[in-house]
Formats: sequence, C-alpha cells, structure tokens
Amino acid sequence: MHYCPGCGHSIVTKLIAEVIEEMNMADRTVCIPPAGCAVLTYNYLDVDTSEAAHGRACAVATGIKRVLPDRLVFTYQGDGDMAAIGTAETIHAANRGECFTTIFMNNAVYGMTGGQMAPTTLVGQKTTTSPFGRSVQKEGSPIPISEMIAILNGAVYIERTTVTSVAAVRNTKRAIKKAFTVQMDKLGFTLVEVLSPCPTNWKMTPLKACTWIEEEMTGTYPLGVLKDETAGAPGREAANAD
Amino acid sequence: MNAPDAACAPSYVPRPPSRYIVSQKSNLKLMRGNTVVGEAAVRAGCTCYFGYPITPQNQLPEYMSRRLTEVEGGIFIQSESELSAINMVLGASVAGARVMTSSSSPGISLKQEGISFLCGCELPAVIVNMVRGGPGLGNISPAQSDYFQATRGGGHGDYRVVVLAPASCQEVADLTMEAFDIADYYRNPVLILADGMLGQMMEPVTFENYSPREIPEKDYILDGAKNRPSRINRSLILNPQMMEEHNWKLVRKYKTIERNETRYEEFMMDDAKLAVVAYGTAARIAKGAVKRARSDGMRVGLIRPISLWPFPSDIIRKRASKTDLFFVFEMSTGQMVDDVRLALEGRSEVYFHGRPGGIISTPVEVLRIISRQYYQKELGK
Repeated sequence: MHYCPGCGHSIVTKLIAEVIEEMNMADRTVCIPPAGCAVLTYNYLDVDTSEAAHGRACAVATGIKRVLPDRLVFTYQGDGDMAAIGTAETIHAANRGECFTTIFMNNAVYGMTGGQMAPTTLVGQKTTTSPFGRSVQKEGSPIPISEMIAILNGAVYIERTTVTSVAAVRNTKRAIKKAFTVQMDKLGFTLVEVLSPCPTNWKMTPLKACTWIEEEMTGTYPLGVLKDETAGAPGREAANAD
Repeated sequence: MNAPDAACAPSYVPRPPSRYIVSQKSNLKLMRGNTVVGEAAVRAGCTCYFGYPITPQNQLPEYMSRRLTEVEGGIFIQSESELSAINMVLGASVAGARVMTSSSSPGISLKQEGISFLCGCELPAVIVNMVRGGPGLGNISPAQSDYFQATRGGGHGDYRVVVLAPASCQEVADLTMEAFDIADYYRNPVLILADGMLGQMMEPVTFENYSPREIPEKDYILDGAKNRPSRINRSLILNPQMMEEHNWKLVRKYKTIERNETRYEEFMMDDAKLAVVAYGTAARIAKGAVKRARSDGMRVGLIRPISLWPFPSDIIRKRASKTDLFFVFEMSTGQMVDDVRLALEGRSEVYFHGRPGGIISTPVEVLRIISRQYYQKELGK
C-alpha cells in the first residue's frame, strides 16, 4: 500500500473501481494518471493505464480518446497537475469538449513532493514553501479551477464533492458514475473535483483532516454541482449534425 | 482502427488534395518540401497529426488539416502548445495509431519533455524539425544548429532518437515514409531533421519508392483489456534494479538500431584526398562545390550522413586510410564536426567551415575553401 493513513486517494480509487465494475467497462477503460501520488493508481486499478508527464494528462487523454472514441477514458490528477503545470492542457481539452472525464483530487498541497504550496492552497494555510501561511499579496488567491472550467462551452458536467463521511463518499461515487455515463453518451468534457484529506502533509490526524475540509476548505471550494448541461443536452454528435 | 468520433468529424465538405501539380507524362508531382512530408506521412498510414504553428513549417499542419479529413479515422488537432501536441502524440501512439507532429527549432525545444517520455515508454512517433536560426527566437532562415539537440537528446535521461536528414524533396518523401516503419519496428521516436530551405523549396517527387516493412504486432497498445490482462504504459520505475535493467534494455535496442539503420551517401570518394562531410541542405551546396573542384582536377569527394543518429562513423573511419583531410561543412558554428572527430579518432586531419543561421554559404564559397585547403596541404601531390 503506497498511500498514507487517512489519505483520500485509496477511497476514490476504490470508488472508481466500483463504478467501472458496475458499468461493466473494465475491458474498455483507459486510465491516465500523471505525476504525484495519483500516478500510483496503476497499482490498484486493473485496467489499461498510461502514465503522463506532470500536467500533461489531458493532452495524453485527448490523443487516446480521439483514436478510441468508444472507450471509457479518464485522467486522475492532483491539484498541482490541474491548476499549475497542466492548466493549459486542462482548460483547452475542456474547451474542445473532449469526451473524457477528469477526476481532480484537490488536497490543497503538493503531496508526493512533501507538502509544498499548490495553486489551491488556502489563504493563510502553512505549507513547506509558504511557512508563514499563504498570503494573497505574495502568492495570489487560491485558483477555483473547476469554476473556471465550468464557464467553457465544451464542459457539460462538473461537480465538487468530498470523502469526509460515509454520505460524502456515496455522493462522490454517484458523481463519478454520472461523469462516466455522460462521457459514454459523448456529451462533452466531464470533471469531478474531490476535496481530499492529506493528513501527512497537513500535519493532522485523519479525523482532524476531515473536519478541516468541512470547516475550512469548503468555504473556499463550495460543494455541489457547478455545471450540469446533461439533462436534455443534444450531445456533440447531434450538435455537429446541424 | 475505429471509425472517427462524430465529435471529431469535419463540419465542411473536404476538398481533394490540390496543393501539388501532377505531371501528365509521369507520376511525378511538383510539391513543396513541407507538404511532401504530409503527403508521405498519409501514404505511410499516418492517421493522426497534432501540432502548433511555427514558421517555416506551417504548410505541413495546414496540409494535414485538410488531408486527414480524407483518411478513415483521420485526426487533426491544432493544439494549444507544443507541449500539448507532443503529449497528444504520446496518447495516440499508445492507443495504436501512426502519429506525427512537426515544428521548428524553438517549438522542438518545448517538445523535448514529451520526446524523453516517448523514449522512456518505448512508443513510436514521427517528429519533424524544419530547423530555423537560433538560439532563442532567432529567425526563420534555414540553419543546422539543432544537431546537438537532435542527436544528443534535448530531453532528460539516457535515450536516443533516430535522426534522418534528407537533402532533397524526394528524399523527404522517402525518409518520411520509412520513418514510420522504423519508429514502429523499434518502438522509438524518429526525427526528420531538415531545415527551412528544404521545407520551402519545390521539386518533383514520387511516392512510389516506399515498400512497407513487416512490423511486429503492437502488443503494448492500450485499448481496454478485452480478452487479455490489463497493461500499464509507464517510464516510472521505482525499483532501482528494474530501473537499471530498463535502461540497459534501451541500450541494447540502440545498438541494434546502430547496426541496422546507419545510412550515408558517398560521392566521388574512391580516390578522394579531401572528403567534404556535410548533411542535408549543406550537402547539396557541398556537392556543387565538389563537382566544380573535380572539374578543376582536385581529388575531392563527399560523404553525406543521411542518418545523423546512428552516425556513419565506420565509413568515415574507413576512408581515413586514403583521405588526408576531412572538411566538415555545416550551417552552424560546428556541431556535427564533433562526431566526425570522434569517428576518426585522430586518424586524419579535420577542418571545419560553417556559418550560423541567417546566411547560407554558396557552392563558390565552399569551393574557395576546398581549393585553399587542398593546395595548402599539397594534397594534389
């Protein structure tokens, strides 16, 4: 087992596995985890998996999905990937309406490299590279990457969840399943952001980490559906036929 | 190959290729170098192109944007950056497609990360560099100053990329088509290293010189683990012993490529006392100078490396017994000259002449230097 105690990765990886199993898609799935703790997913998911360079998952997924349009393709990325080094790849893939899903694990720090500041780090949050707390003047405000993507036409379903309770875990599973279903209906780009505990780098117990997400993180990153244009959406095939 | 996704289908009626003039008397077509690359790629089975515009190679993505609409499963994306393009290439390659990207010098610098990953993951791809003047933004005139980057690997890690350097539009066609086979055969990226002049010039070409190789079954493709165990494509190898073994495996592959894929042309070398060593556009200029030197009675020949990696070291070393001076001519301040010196291992003298991007030497200029060296060193005796 590669993940630290209380880490959200093991929960979400299991949820993805359950959804793939329930959708009976295990032999038609390609997973793309890039650098960071997310890359270790290929040790636990028994599906075809391709690594990507840090930040490049959405470009790699674009290449795979365009060649294999009837497969379930998803990236599994941390906040550094999504909101820093891979911002361009993510935004442009969403804007093109690439029909794959991004599972975005937001724990507000760089996990594998040892807890440095991420673009998603909260104001005042201490990390190894913001030892006095993130300051808006010096480091800027946290980037709400999912909200940014939600305004793009190519993105059709975006939801932010967490895994801090049994109910929250169930809700995250529902969101992942919906995103995968929408993808297979070829409606456009889908994204599930999961606010995920990182007790090791936050220097908290797992329980305290869950409380911190609920009391602090959700203030900056409100939970819920940020965009859902799937109900009655014509889908890209129909749109292109006009 | 699956049918193209409707989401990717063109929303306009594709036009037939009309960017070349077909001779009524032969199968030759008058084409620009950049478009020759595109047509050759399509004829070699390339179905995917990803790239970002940069001069002087823009006719190539422009051509592909139209031409790939006529190909079953054809995919063209103008990406948001070179970084994105090369990683789309990685995705399409691991999904099993024949895939190409192209750029010019500053853009190729950005692609180096992806090229390292392609090598680490052992994935095939064809990458085209129509070299322009550098460093930095430089300018858009032809140059050969990316030789080190191409042959040494501008990315990180112990890796090699097969580098093919055409010297005419016909050779652009032939080498581009073969590049796809070499890439697939060895599961390694192949770089076509030309320059702005070759990209822009128009010459008659035929695409009938290509005879496809037998390619091993692609048993690494990720397309869903149907009726087989799941596969992982990765270059991340945390176990130190496995990491070392992976690198030794790559080295063994590179040795095989060196044995099988070294290419060069010799011109009037049988009795040459002075050998000009030049590649690509520089070799065209040098050949003109060598012909003039021969008509002036000088025993001068040309060795033209066609594969820059693997470099034709053996033939250069072999010629050292009868050739007194190796005159390296490049459109750079001197990069391939290092490989010539390494090949000769001190067996013969080396003289270098080059001009960096911006100005192109003429055959008369090269002839003047050949003559001076030839008579100063008393090679005519």
